[in-house]
Amino acid sequence: MATQVFALIPHAGGKADDAALELLNAAQTLFPGCAPTALVLGSGPSLGAVATEVAAAFPEVWSFNQESLAYPNAELIRPLLTKVLPAGAVVMLSHSTLGIDLGPGLSVKLGAAYLPDVVGVDGVEGSLVKVVRQEFAGQVSAHVQADASKGLVISFRPGSFAPATASAAGTVVDKSAEAAGLTARRRFLEVVQAEAGDVDITREDVLVSVGRGIGEQDNLSLVDELAEAMGATVCCSRPIVDAKWLDKGRQVGTSGQTVKPKIYLALGISGAFQHLGGLKGSPFIVAVNKNPKAPIFQAAQVGVVADLMELLPELTEQIQKAK
Amino acid sequence: MDILVCVKRVPDSAENEISVAAGGADISREDLVYAVNEWDNYAVEEAIQIVEREGGSVTVVALGDSEIEESVRREMAMGAEQGLMLVDGAFTGSDGLGVATILKAAVQKGSYDLVLTGAQADDGAAQVGGMLAALLDYPYASLVNRVEVAGKSLRIGREIEGGSQELNEIDTPCVLSIQTGINEPRYVGLRGIRKVASVEIPVLDAAALGVDAAAVGQAAAKVRRVDYFVPVAGAGAEMLTGSTKEVAAQLVELLKAKGGIN
Repeated sequence: MATQVFALIPHAGGKADDAALELLNAAQTLFPGCAPTALVLGSGPSLGAVATEVAAAFPEVWSFNQESLAYPNAELIRPLLTKVLPAGAVVMLSHSTLGIDLGPGLSVKLGAAYLPDVVGVDGVEGSLVKVVRQEFAGQVSAHVQADASKGLVISFRPGSFAPATASAAGTVVDKSAEAAGLTARRRFLEVVQAEAGDVDITREDVLVSVGRGIGEQDNLSLVDELAEAMGATVCCSRPIVDAKWLDKGRQVGTSGQTVKPKIYLALGISGAFQHLGGLKGSPFIVAVNKNPKAPIFQAAQVGVVADLMELLPELTEQIQKAK
Repeated sequence: MDILVCVKRVPDSAENEISVAAGGADISREDLVYAVNEWDNYAVEEAIQIVEREGGSVTVVALGDSEIEESVRREMAMGAEQGLMLVDGAFTGSDGLGVATILKAAVQKGSYDLVLTGAQADDGAAQVGGMLAALLDYPYASLVNRVEVAGKSLRIGREIEGGSQELNEIDTPCVLSIQTGINEPRYVGLRGIRKVASVEIPVLDAAALGVDAAAVGQAAAKVRRVDYFVPVAGAGAEMLTGSTKEVAAQLVELLKAKGGIN
């Protein structure tokens, strides 16, 4: 089908995000032979650098350079895209905090179908676009199909597609005038950077990481004792920070810290992609979980299905003896 | 401030091993523990805290079959005085847009300054709040982890990558999707459940809501799940087995060899 494909390019500091080439690969995989158009929105001279960089990968780049777009506010971007995109367009987004903010409402305003957080593609049959998603915190996958006859907004999980090779000599089209006079009923004020915690887990080689499976706050002492015996540092997954049992500075994941340890002991952590997204540098992962279906066992090198309450004291004792 | 909070009854993925039923048409539903979607508990708690500070009311709404009554009562027991159930066979199989269409009708039946949803639910789509806002033509913010009332508008924080917080001012009425960690949802005891056990909860069907039954449900869905499956696993982890003592001994050897014991 002659589909017009657009990709919204995330960028920061005058450089396109890795997602740019991932979206290009996703576009080429889903619609072979398509000539996707990159959408680059922002403000100031650095936007020109992003547009030029992106034009080395996409055949056409639409550049929207306006003061109001200096920070990516979905409430401004949505009406702009609704105005400039042709009927029936396919719009590709990164499933980032911006994509989550923008995508659902954009699909409504375009009258398009919405496929969020896509991790794989199955193909296109007529106007049906078939993709793979995950449900139940990654415990099962699902084939999902969308009727894209009136357009499609589709967001891809960061990292689920390899970056495409940039080999285009694209043209940059200045569409800035289209973005003049945008207003929104939600106004961006400022970004407050995350506070540094009492320890810097990003510098540690051996991390003992604890998740929801620990059950109760009092049980954290078992984790502390194990970490102390190993000479390791304690970190955690999101539910532990949500419960205020440990500081935000100890949270590993896309909404927390990105760590690159040599050894990562994951205790009672299911292994949602948001958590694994904060784990870089191919550490040796040992996972302990009572649920044999926990996705963490796909990421780990070594796994144990066990009750933490039984295993942790025994492990701590044996390590103390072995030292 | 009058607040509507949309909640969903879901299989609790922290308490269940989710597996695919034969044929893949559904997950295995036997012996599943159901609960209110985790994010929604934070949304209800936030609504209650706002009303405790600013005055107003909290209404909890859920969509589904008769089983949702338990979920609505549980959330009401947290301190929401009103409940609302949207039940109609015609709603079955709705996609995200269908659910948002039904909720829009519920919002317009009342008069709310603020509509809250959880940031996401069991399918991880994170879509209904944003769609609802677009249908209502209200401003929207997702992944909200802070709310302060400032006259006719709100000062809100959004969680963005790396744990940073994006501060915004947003006009009311608006829709916010609430992220976990924004507050500490209060405990619901038996006494709380008993207190709301006799409160009447209106049940609205498509006709009562003024929803065109043909515009929602399976037939109208643009997006459909074809099947569930378990992906062909990669190598996966080497699983250690044996008694607790034996497993611990194997772990000690491994950790030692890899430099994990210092």
